[in-house]
Amino acid sequence: MDQFTLNLLFVGASFALYIGIAVWARAGTTSEFYAAGRGVHPVTNGMATAADWMSAASFISMAGLIAFTGYDNSTYLMGWTGGYVLLALLLAPYLRKFGKFTVSEFIGDRFYSPTARLVAVICLIVASTTYVIGQMTGVGVAFGRFLEISNTAGLLIGACVVFAYAVFGGMKGVTYTQVAQYVVLIMAYTIPAVFISLQLTGTPIPALGLFSETSVTGGEGSVYLLTKLDQIVTDLGFASYTEAHKDNLNMVLFTLSLMIGTAGLPHVIMRFFTVPKVSDARWSAGWALVFIALLYLTAPAVGAMARLNITNLMWPNGTDGDAVAVQTIETAPEYDWMQTWQKTGLLDWEDKNGDGLIQYYNDGSDAMAEKAAANGWEGNELTNFNRDILVLANPEIANLPGWVIGLVAAGGLAAALSTAAGLLLAISSAVSHDLLKGQLTPNMSEKAELMSARIAMAIAIAVATFLGLNPPGFAAQTVALAFGLAAASIFPALMMGIFSKRVNNIGAVAGMLSGLIFTLLYIFLHKGWFFVAGTNSFPDTVDGSLFGIQSTAIGAVGAVINFAVAYVVSMRTADTPQEIKDLVESVRIPAGAGGAVDH
Amino acid sequence: MAERLTHGKVAEDGAGYWAANVRIIVISLIIWALVSFGFGILLRPMLAGIEVGGTDLGFWFAQQGSIIVFLALIFFYAWRMNKLDREYGVEEE
Repeated sequence: MDQFTLNLLFVGASFALYIGIAVWARAGTTSEFYAAGRGVHPVTNGMATAADWMSAASFISMAGLIAFTGYDNSTYLMGWTGGYVLLALLLAPYLRKFGKFTVSEFIGDRFYSPTARLVAVICLIVASTTYVIGQMTGVGVAFGRFLEISNTAGLLIGACVVFAYAVFGGMKGVTYTQVAQYVVLIMAYTIPAVFISLQLTGTPIPALGLFSETSVTGGEGSVYLLTKLDQIVTDLGFASYTEAHKDNLNMVLFTLSLMIGTAGLPHVIMRFFTVPKVSDARWSAGWALVFIALLYLTAPAVGAMARLNITNLMWPNGTDGDAVAVQTIETAPEYDWMQTWQKTGLLDWEDKNGDGLIQYYNDGSDAMAEKAAANGWEGNELTNFNRDILVLANPEIANLPGWVIGLVAAGGLAAALSTAAGLLLAISSAVSHDLLKGQLTPNMSEKAELMSARIAMAIAIAVATFLGLNPPGFAAQTVALAFGLAAASIFPALMMGIFSKRVNNIGAVAGMLSGLIFTLLYIFLHKGWFFVAGTNSFPDTVDGSLFGIQSTAIGAVGAVINFAVAYVVSMRTADTPQEIKDLVESVRIPAGAGGAVDH
Repeated sequence: MAERLTHGKVAEDGAGYWAANVRIIVISLIIWALVSFGFGILLRPMLAGIEVGGTDLGFWFAQQGSIIVFLALIFFYAWRMNKLDREYGVEEE
């Protein structure tokens, strides 16, 4: 059986499983559609949250970004896990106690203002749509590879599948489907990593393998894997893997942005409305992080080991010997993956100096210029290596058996699909439940509400697909922008709503608007207006940027602005009414949480 | 339950409960920031002397250690708060 058939088989079987579960647990009433009747156990909920959370960004993109940058991109690891601490300590139990369905309902009630609710809905839609763009980038890569077609065609097919899939059921269908997706995606991520860790270090646990000695050393006795990696990448003129090359300010702000954003994203927070009790909401966040950590502790090992494998493949005779021959790439079975990925347009090479060999090195490095001149090299000949293909290509790079490759294809699609579905649900509930039913047409029937939810999904996915064709960055980078937007707008409003009785309606609205507008403007000025390439006023680099802060890290600054504006405005306007102070008191105390309140 | 909710006493207890909660949150968040922003980024040069598997302790905190501490923090908080709920009699039935 060839690899293409094997991939189809794995992807087909996993899809049949998800759709089967979705049909079995199909949502009937509105209440089921949004929150699954609050009957979900914390461990189950944690697993579903993990699947919902770990998207194309975590699964497909993150290890690739770490692999090619090393230590500097540890920010993704800390940022996307540290947010759960904020969520568990500062938000989850109180929002569960509050006992409504959506984030914007809390903001509307706590700040006793339909305007506040409307602004919150807008913030949610902006952040979630940006997030879906990142997902679509990942969906394009995954579908492109497994159908062996161009990235663009993969994206369009993927969009249709995501839509069909999200329309199928609400949260209940999605909750149990996502448990199945979690199992598929964690196996798909871990199994190849275990194989590769065994190959390179003899340790079956990749997280430990990363800090072990490698047995593949080219004959000079055993050395630590990271030492070896540092040595070969610097030999080729690249920045060392383990040292810091980014300034502390950007690293701290970027990490903080991702952390605060995690705790401000609607599709994650919504999960904590679905557990039976306040104490369960606390445990749920912990369980979610357990299941997330299984992948996040493996990811840095995947990145480092893949970088080592790729470099060794390009320099089979060591970095001082001859580079790999074009003929070898075209004929040897261990280089088959390069040919398959070339079809997607995300990987390419070119024998610039016509010596029949492909030299992979950093042609921007001064140190390498001399060596290149001496050897007649005319630039890096591995001309394109898209970061987003690394995880999916990883088992092929390591020459693992065909079934592992099929499993990874299924896992990558599960990751992208589950999150895209969760986000579409959040967007559709924001539009139909909060915007239409809550504000514009309060007398809307349940049926009309469900219909408008589905129309909102269709529009969101069309916009995301269009922008996903020319994404503002690799999947994880685009997703990081979405986190910045959520960090600057939603999280501060939620936190102040619980921890302060003094912040009032006007303060909250002013805070959210200034945080959102500041962050969005800063991103557009550096990434282009509405992410259209070429319309940016400043280059998106540390040195070229407006305040010396990259657009992906600006969300943390936006959050500080939000807090400050909300506080100052509140202090200068009327105090909150007594019933709001009572509401805050009641949210702070677990007793009397009760069941779901429909309205 | 109804007895516990009589006014006056509840307001006092509620304030005590909330102050205790905020104290636990602040301590937890100090640890949260110390392992990630501290050991993982800003204080990494200070930990450079401590070797871990081919690199230093700061690298380990940035890539794995902080995640493990985050997990411990969330489970500690859930356990501690559920205990606190019972101490103040504000748990759910």
